[in-house]
Amino acid sequence: MANLKTNFMGLKFKNPIVAASGTFGFGEEFSKIYDLSILGGICSKGLTLAPRSGNKGIRLWETPMGMMNSIGLENPGLDKFISKELPRMKTYDTIIIANLGGHCEEDYFEGIYKLNDSNVDAIELNISCPNVKSGGMAFGIKSSVAYDLVSRVRKICRKPLMVKISPNAENIPDMALACEAAGADAISLINTIQAMAVDIKNKKAVFDNVYAGLSGPCVKPIALRMVHVAAKMVKIPICGLGGIMNANDIIEFVMAGATLVQIGTANFIKPDIAIDILNDLEEFIDTENIKSLDEIRGII
Amino acid sequence: MKVLITPLVKNERISKNIYRLSVEFYSKIKPGQFFMLKTTDNAFLLPRPISVNDVNENLISFLYRIEGEGTKKISSLHENDEIQIFGPLGNGFELENLKGKTAVIGGGIGIAPLLYLCKALGKKADVYLGYRDKENMYIFDEFKSFVNRCIVVTEDGSFGEKGFVTDYVDYENYDTVVTCGPEIMMNKIANNCKAQNIKCYVSLERRMACGIGACLGCTVETKTGNKRACKDGPVFDSEELI
Ligand SMILES: Cc1cc2nc3c(=O)[nH]c(=O)nc-3n(C[C@H](O)[C@H](O)[C@H](O)COP(=O)(O)OP(=O)(O)OC[C@H]3O[C@@H](n4cnc5c(N)ncnc54)[C@H](O)[C@@H]3O)c2cc1C
Ligand SMILES: Cc1cc2nc3c(=O)[nH]c(=O)nc-3n(C[C@H](O)[C@H](O)[C@H](O)COP(=O)(O)O)c2cc1C
Ligand code: FES
Repeated sequence: MANLKTNFMGLKFKNPIVAASGTFGFGEEFSKIYDLSILGGICSKGLTLAPRSGNKGIRLWETPMGMMNSIGLENPGLDKFISKELPRMKTYDTIIIANLGGHCEEDYFEGIYKLNDSNVDAIELNISCPNVKSGGMAFGIKSSVAYDLVSRVRKICRKPLMVKISPNAENIPDMALACEAAGADAISLINTIQAMAVDIKNKKAVFDNVYAGLSGPCVKPIALRMVHVAAKMVKIPICGLGGIMNANDIIEFVMAGATLVQIGTANFIKPDIAIDILNDLEEFIDTENIKSLDEIRGII
Repeated sequence: MKVLITPLVKNERISKNIYRLSVEFYSKIKPGQFFMLKTTDNAFLLPRPISVNDVNENLISFLYRIEGEGTKKISSLHENDEIQIFGPLGNGFELENLKGKTAVIGGGIGIAPLLYLCKALGKKADVYLGYRDKENMYIFDEFKSFVNRCIVVTEDGSFGEKGFVTDYVDYENYDTVVTCGPEIMMNKIANNCKAQNIKCYVSLERRMACGIGACLGCTVETKTGNKRACKDGPVFDSEELI
């Protein structure tokens, strides 16, 4: 019988499959489709201290084998998350990770204090958000900026802390090292890749913000490279994501060095896809006669 | 709500670029609800939102117009080929809200979901159907037996009345108006209804990814904040919209 139990950041995941932030809401809608306790974990929609109404204009755009989004971190704010969403999420019998964003350091710190006092299992720090104080450049671009933020967050954070790395970072190996040195328990990568779409009929950019985040199968080869590079650099475990659509994709990420994986865009393609992926992953392990994914982790 | 992979009972062209697809389905569906449709290969990624056109016992049908790659691919499926369907989704029309004499106004492909609605409304409804021209007309003759009156308008006058469907509605005759079609048309209708103090419900289209309210990609701005076209809609009271 396949054993998919995975220890990660001191937490016991039933299996390495986690729903990715922003593609799963707070689980409520998907809980009406299947039993979420089969999942290893769920990352919440990106949260900020204050509620946000998100971006205007078109928010979604399909590309060949991918999609772009410009949601703009629409979310109810941390207080509402903790009082309304989290209690329900905790009944799903799976690990609940809060994805936390911010637009200045103080936002992150205050967010961490609130989450420290909640019963969330872990925090995924989203450093792809634009930093208002540095002209809107994301925290996750320069390793030094990310190091400052993560080390100060680490000092106050009492939950397992995973930092979500942006593929738009100047230098992925440096960034991974910076997060490790700053005290992150794990890193996850990749977030969406900055991209652009043009509406030629109206002679303008499709998105009001011009650039938007690309995800889905088309980003998988890039995500794999980044996971591989990061895995070679750091000792902390890695959660790999970007374009995972099936069990074979997961095996690829594990061979590249990932311990945990997340499924994002695939949840849209077939809302109960996690069930198929989990079954196929178990079957792969049984037919390949592998005792646990540890045997093939990082073998490349 | 389950994701079903089910064989096509039929998939036939019924007008220029318009197809009717039917599959078996065994749960209750409200008029105005939609499904997310996708071929089972990965020819395209995101499922396509398509409204329920009609329900006959255990057979539901969808009417779709070929717009791009996704609908084109769906149109190439044959009888017994499998298709992925997910639904019914969205709020649909609340029949108890559609009080008194009701005008149902559709334009273009927006006419598709109105057939099932008109069947439910029956003789209290007059239906106004706007098409570009005779060549682009479809299912207009299927409404007649259900509704009180059926008015067909083509932009070029090649069939029925000539001009825009909005020019032919006598709003003062109605207690409620329901509309689905191009946004400019629905805007005009909503403004007319507001001026004459008539309740008006519109069915909106937005680009969608999840179809269930999780991704927040299909936002509709309303007076009470952001709503999701897929879950809080697609049917909205026009008074709510900004
Ligand atoms: C609630 C709802 C109900 C609908 N009901 C019907 C119906 O009954 N019959 C019908 O013919 N059409 C309907 N549409 C529109 C239909 O979804 C689009 O025409 C279709 O998605 C186009 O896909 P494509 O691949 O052919 O076009 P492309 O232009 O190649 O599609 C590219 C991407 O844009 C999205 N997209 C393009 N146009 C639209 C649009 N108008 N609305 C939403 N997404 C769009 C597609 O889903 C896809 O992700 C409905 C839309 C919504 C939101
Ligand atoms: C609609 C949408 C919304 C997203 N929102 C967030 C978010 O709020 N926070 C975050 O860290 N990542 C967010 N992401 C990024 C995903 O979590 C994931 O990193 C990315 O999509 C790559 O994985 P995928 O190809 O499997 O989707 C979002 C992605 C999508 C498609
Ligand atoms: S399509 Fe995802 S919230 Fe509406």
